[in-house]
Amino acid sequence: MLDVAVAYNRYKFLGDEFLTWLWFVIDQDPVIFKDMDPDLTALEIGNRIVLEKRKSKSVERITIKGEDAHFEEGMLALKKGALVAELNLVFRAAEQKWQFTLKGESLNLSGFKTPKTPPPESPDDLEGAILEKVYLYDKILQFLEKLYKHFIKLRTSNAWQSRVVPLIKKWMHAS
Amino acid sequence: MSLLSASVSITRYKVEGQLEAPVLETVAAALKKNAISEIDDQVPEKVSGWTSFEKPYQPDFSGSSFVFGTYLIFTLRIDKKTIPSKVVQKHFMIESARRLAESGRQYLSRNEKQRIKDHVIDGLNLKVPATPNVYDIIWNYEESFLWFFSNLKAANEELETLFLRSFDLTLVRMFPYTAAHLNADLADTEKDILLELAPTNFKG
Repeated sequence: MLDVAVAYNRYKFLGDEFLTWLWFVIDQDPVIFKDMDPDLTALEIGNRIVLEKRKSKSVERITIKGEDAHFEEGMLALKKGALVAELNLVFRAAEQKWQFTLKGESLNLSGFKTPKTPPPESPDDLEGAILEKVYLYDKILQFLEKLYKHFIKLRTSNAWQSRVVPLIKKWMHAS
Repeated sequence: MSLLSASVSITRYKVEGQLEAPVLETVAAALKKNAISEIDDQVPEKVSGWTSFEKPYQPDFSGSSFVFGTYLIFTLRIDKKTIPSKVVQKHFMIESARRLAESGRQYLSRNEKQRIKDHVIDGLNLKVPATPNVYDIIWNYEESFLWFFSNLKAANEELETLFLRSFDLTLVRMFPYTAAHLNADLADTEKDILLELAPTNFKG
């Protein structure tokens, strides 16, 4: 395995490509998410997208945010060569909703909100409250792990250049 | 950041290595040995250590208090004293003037100034209480993963250092390369391709 510090910088682009691919799949082929979590009813873009266009010595950054944000500017940035660097996502299952922001370069999650759980009312309730919360985090983290695994398998296959990239380019330019 | 908060940040890690059996006793001993110590009324300006999830200001790892279901849950605490630079400057000027008056000299050497500054900071550290920051940890020992409830670089670095020192186990942060190499079930041929990957050109 490569040195971790070297690999972090060398493979930043892979996280950005993952999020860009994810936006494409949400828009064009969301049926694949069902294989990763049968409870999922929808995966949606949330209230924030950050796009970055990396040049040799600088980075251009475009942030689109707001509950009613329109993402046309984001699509325009993609056409000009930017990639998604941060993506806020909403995961819905039955009546429940999770929301979080995923960062491409680190795959870190921030602003991670699970469905509401009642606060523990006594010390005896604490273990139950913790395990319920852990279950709710785990649901999303497992989903993301399967999603990333799917992406990496695709990214290291011939299908990436021959099939997926042409479809993503077509989507970018048709929107 | 508490794992029970309404909104959290999570950094994911893979834990490499195995603990000596019996595992729970080994973990408890390591937590106790590296528990946070209080630095109020003392000279150090910063300290980090483990504390318990339930009582972050009174660490207690007795019994199996850090075991919840199949998870080990405890907390990293980092205490730091912050002294405004203008306060340091004020006391430094007063102390420098006093030394000059005592010695009858007009100037202090560079080394003397540095010693006075260190002395002033040590004195102020004795009076300033440390501000505690707590970050929860969920460790699934059986499945060798750990979630750390912060994305702050300094807190993550502190965690990685203290975890290695306490348990003699390495934490590998999950970012695009490590998640692909370690967690995506890639065959050797796919790992070779991963090593050669270059950014995709979506424009052309």
